[in-house]
Amino acid sequence: MDKFAFDIAHFLAGSLVLVSLLLLYQDRLSALLNVFAFQAVVLALSVSWQAYVQGAPHLYLTAAIALIVKAIVIPVALHRMIRRLGIHREVETALNVGTTMLAGLALVALSIVVVLRVTADAGTLAREDLAFALSVVLLGLLMMVTRRNAVSQVVGFMSLENGLILAATGAKGMPFVVEISVAFSVLVAFIVIGIFLFRIRECFDTVDLQALDDLRERRG
Amino acid sequence: MSEVIDWIAANNVALILAIPFATSLLLLCLPGYRLSARLNAGSAFLTLLAALSLFIHKPAPGSYLLVDDLNIVFIVLNTLVGFTTSVFSASYIAHELEIGRLTTVQLRFYHAMYQILLFAMNLALLANNIGLMWVAIELATLTTVLMVGIYQTHEALEAAWKYFILGSVGIALALFGTILVYMAARPVVGEGPDGMIWTVLIGHAAALDPALLNLAFVFLLLGYGTKVGLAPLHAWLPDAHAEGPTPISAVLSGLLLNVALHAVLRFKLLLAANPGAIAPGPLMATMGLVSLIFAGFMLYRRRDIKRLFAYSSIEHMGIIAFAFGIGGPLANFAGLLHMTMHSLTKSAIFFAVGHIAQAKGTQKLADLRGLTVSHPLLGWGLVAGVVAIAGMPPFGIFMSEFLVVSSTFARQPLLAIPLVIGLLFAFGALMLRLQGVAFGEPSGHSEPVKASYLPLATHLMLVLIAGIYLPPPLVAWFQHVARLLH
Repeated sequence: MDKFAFDIAHFLAGSLVLVSLLLLYQDRLSALLNVFAFQAVVLALSVSWQAYVQGAPHLYLTAAIALIVKAIVIPVALHRMIRRLGIHREVETALNVGTTMLAGLALVALSIVVVLRVTADAGTLAREDLAFALSVVLLGLLMMVTRRNAVSQVVGFMSLENGLILAATGAKGMPFVVEISVAFSVLVAFIVIGIFLFRIRECFDTVDLQALDDLRERRG
Repeated sequence: MSEVIDWIAANNVALILAIPFATSLLLLCLPGYRLSARLNAGSAFLTLLAALSLFIHKPAPGSYLLVDDLNIVFIVLNTLVGFTTSVFSASYIAHELEIGRLTTVQLRFYHAMYQILLFAMNLALLANNIGLMWVAIELATLTTVLMVGIYQTHEALEAAWKYFILGSVGIALALFGTILVYMAARPVVGEGPDGMIWTVLIGHAAALDPALLNLAFVFLLLGYGTKVGLAPLHAWLPDAHAEGPTPISAVLSGLLLNVALHAVLRFKLLLAANPGAIAPGPLMATMGLVSLIFAGFMLYRRRDIKRLFAYSSIEHMGIIAFAFGIGGPLANFAGLLHMTMHSLTKSAIFFAVGHIAQAKGTQKLADLRGLTVSHPLLGWGLVAGVVAIAGMPPFGIFMSEFLVVSSTFARQPLLAIPLVIGLLFAFGALMLRLQGVAFGEPSGHSEPVKASYLPLATHLMLVLIAGIYLPPPLVAWFQHVARLLH
């Protein structure tokens, strides 16, 4: 692979990690959703670049799914949902930003060390893609455990899944990439419907605010 | 007649998948619940027949599906318990409809999902492609999540939510592991589908990059281990088992945990065949032992009967993972036997518990007393089930636990001490709870239920017979599989 193609792939995968770090310190739900939509756009670009470089047309389908479902449909749905539930201005009190960012940087360092050590024989692009992908996966996990709000847990899950798609497209010639991204889209759709039902019940079934707080405590 | 058998045998793999799939589509369209419940059971029975015919005719492995000596045990067990649970489900569901906990629309959805779940589990067991296996396990997770939340109470939705989040993280980690396995295989078998075909992978196992395989196994064990319910990734399991409909608890405990375990075993085989890779056994044994001891302690503090048996499932999956982790022909044999016995016994217990909870209108242990007096058949059925699951003779679990302990003494004597302590703790907790629930003065409100005793009795009889006499062909079969597993 020529150096230019390699640089572009590298740049896009690295951007994905950067956006994951950006996600970590968003404290308003609507801003979080916007950053997530941006991450999905970067993923779509990265996947289409891989499709072009590897000459694998089926990957364009994966890129299209990322663009339509994750950059447009789900963020729009979630935006509408949080506005209807009146939580779009909600400021989350997760771990403080400094600690979370340090933990995030540590995870990125960890994944680079681990992956580069075990993949000495694999091609350069594959191994660096894999290191970036693992960072995105771990940052998504970190977000899921440090956030209390169901919506941001879902965003954490989706960004984790973006890391997986990056890994799958980086593994040249891997079958099932399209199927897997479809499977994930269905899963996320169900999750979104799930939160919707959950939050609606929470809002209209219980009038006692203390009970609502208790539930939030228990869920956290 | 023999022509029919021949035809089934020739198409058995396709039938095992096609019957549940077609039935689920049909069930989505059928309005009446009585007919649906019968169709559900009938189709599960046909699937069982198709699965049994695998013994007569074993098709050659294709690039997507595979029948080998390992998964045949899992498939037959899966379809058998799937059938008996559907029979239990028919009477259970009728009662839920009567008291208005479920509507007919929800029931239509429930029946269709039940068949999709059976389809997904069979597909995951039959898959010769690690990507297809992953997709099937994800499908199975999705259907069970939807069924756990079916009562739509706060607790049910919360349990479904927790299961969703933890289960999704689990399958995400498993997918990362799967990608790593593909990357390890690519330099050896070339690009494209071959790198994900199980039979190809195992054939080239020795040539795969050991460092990548090690990393992959850690992700796969954590990912699929979440679905097996191994500590510390078990948090979804008690809630999901306690809040969903009881037939689902029975299939979750009896089957879905096994399906995830089957996935872990496949990858364990792959690592074991590679000289440079780490030994996968100790990792599995540690997680198994931690689960066993943790669940043993947690059993004492349960106040909900379904939650109690959910923790007991964590305990037993711990024992099974431990046995396979120890390895060797005897421990693997014990693990396989224990898995079979646990599936049969645990689903029998859930059959009894389901009807008991309906009769008493509660799942709280404190309100369930003197069941052997108020509901003799169900009460004694539960007693037999609990005695069996606690590992007392003459039931089959006594024998498999005895084999696990003795093989541990033979191979890793030091590990036998925590193992035995964990087993004793769990035993004590179950006996303590049984005492209160089964004997003494019946209290609280109770109403008659139209219970189906047949599935319960069948399972308990099978477990009892296995404890007294294991037929030689079965022993030979299990020994053969145990040797395959190293």
